[in-house]
Amino acid sequence: MKRVLPGFGLTMGFTVAYLGLIVLIPLVALFIKAAGIGWKEWLEILTSPRVLAAAKLTFGASFFAAALSSVSGLLVAWVLVRYEFPGRRFLDSMVDLPFALPTAVAGITLTAIYAPNGWIGEHLAKYGIQAAYNPLGVFIALTFIGFPFVVRTLQPVMEDLGKEVEEAAATLGAGRWTVFWRVILPMLVPALITGFTLAFARAIGEYGSVVFISGNLPMKTEILPLLIVSQLEQFKYGAAAVIAAGMLIVSFALLFLINLLQRRLDWQHR
Amino acid sequence: MSITIRSIHKTFGSYRALEDVSLDVPDGSLTALLGPSGSGKTTLLRIVAGLEFADDGPGKVLFHGEDVSGIPAGKRGVGFVFQHYALFKHMTVGENIAFGLTTLPRSKRPKKAEIGDRVRELLKLVKLEGLDKRRPHELSGGQRQRVALARALAIKPKVLLLDEPFGALDAQVRKDLRRWLRVFHDEIGLTTLFVTHDQEEALELADQVVVMRNARIEQVGTPQEIYDQPRSPFVYEFLGNVNKVALNENSNQYIRPHEIEVCFAAEHDPANGKLAKIHHLFSAGPVATLTVRLEDGQFLDVELSRKQLDDLALDVGDEISLKLGSAAP
Repeated sequence: MKRVLPGFGLTMGFTVAYLGLIVLIPLVALFIKAAGIGWKEWLEILTSPRVLAAAKLTFGASFFAAALSSVSGLLVAWVLVRYEFPGRRFLDSMVDLPFALPTAVAGITLTAIYAPNGWIGEHLAKYGIQAAYNPLGVFIALTFIGFPFVVRTLQPVMEDLGKEVEEAAATLGAGRWTVFWRVILPMLVPALITGFTLAFARAIGEYGSVVFISGNLPMKTEILPLLIVSQLEQFKYGAAAVIAAGMLIVSFALLFLINLLQRRLDWQHR
Repeated sequence: MSITIRSIHKTFGSYRALEDVSLDVPDGSLTALLGPSGSGKTTLLRIVAGLEFADDGPGKVLFHGEDVSGIPAGKRGVGFVFQHYALFKHMTVGENIAFGLTTLPRSKRPKKAEIGDRVRELLKLVKLEGLDKRRPHELSGGQRQRVALARALAIKPKVLLLDEPFGALDAQVRKDLRRWLRVFHDEIGLTTLFVTHDQEEALELADQVVVMRNARIEQVGTPQEIYDQPRSPFVYEFLGNVNKVALNENSNQYIRPHEIEVCFAAEHDPANGKLAKIHHLFSAGPVATLTVRLEDGQFLDVELSRKQLDDLALDVGDEISLKLGSAAP
């Protein structure tokens, strides 16, 4: 078959080899390791209270953190795209900091701030809220690392929106609120879901920033990645692989569902 | 409904977009704002729409004698059509057209069935029957612009404002849509103001042409007045092809290519003619264009009918005599 774009064979070959090497082989190795254990033990490990509690915290906190990041990210992206003000570029670069900062540094910093004697923690303590060493702390750390994904996926889409559709809606009698709900938001939904998904996926796998602020109390503030590491430290490689494999399957299913939802909501594909 | 514009000033920072602009758009007319980019025509249209507000001062916009200067776009009752359509991509064609009605407060909003009827009626008006379930990206440029027009008309606007409505379309579609808009305007009789930088479009379509330049109105008149009696060299040059003949150091004569008379060099009369040599000849189509060179080295364009060209049997290199007529300043 003749193709107009040259290099299909070469680039496709590279793609397959690269994905195989980087993504597939490690994952296969993981499943092989996990498969070394019988089905009964699989079930036993995955349904143990400690694993279930960690899973609930990991997926739950990740979901809510990604949800909060979506709302705040939408707002920040809006401000950065729509308004001209001194220091805009500076703020814009600040958004990327959670990407660049070593997650452990972020974790330690957040812990210091949110600990009961920290800058923010001491004020929260007055109201009886304890952030650090609590699920709330996990949520805070996951919000911190997920937020740039939302901003960065929304920004280019917002820039493309243009003022004209808003003006068109305005001349048709729509108030600011209607314009936002009926015109702007629906146009941003596909990108918003993408940003949410990225933040969510990143949060599920996050380790470094969480371990410090969570305090790692089993059944309370322990997340799945940490549970995996602690299994490894006890040389329980099989159990670690099983938890990892289970986490992977759930993550994949969730991401797949989100993808389906996005297709349904995406006006470009309807 | 007539539009009256009185001494509008508009500045953006230190840039003057409009300077003391006054204009009357008669009820039911189709008026073109014509000018090069940066002349202020779009700003003027946006001020009429309420998408932009004039600088503080005596400036006013009136619809049918009623001052609307302080009223925002949404309450002004204007239909506005953008150059790039500005359709809501996530809505169907029908939802787009119904937007202005579905966004009304509940007390004023027509019933669902009524809105449906209105949408069908508008689709028929813009010749897009049956396309209400499509999405904008499934339509051609010309169709999208007609959806935008139907959407603007759905709110029963007092005036219709179009910003370079054919600017994003290709030549053929543009011509068709232009003709269609003229017929359409005559049918519905809505006072319409449109912006264009295409002089042919303005002359062919409008009842009244407003030529703008450098934040001011240069001339207002019917297409014929503007073309035949341009009030300034700018209008002369901006509308149609024109030759600028240097008479002496500080005076020029403007003459349209078709106004020049051609005869054989043998019939040359030095009293009211100039000798010239044919430099280039372009004769595809009903009108032939000659590029000729005068004895003093100036080049001129001359237009004559194909028949005239054949009768004279002219060719490149021939010497001819030109009558430039009475000097227009």
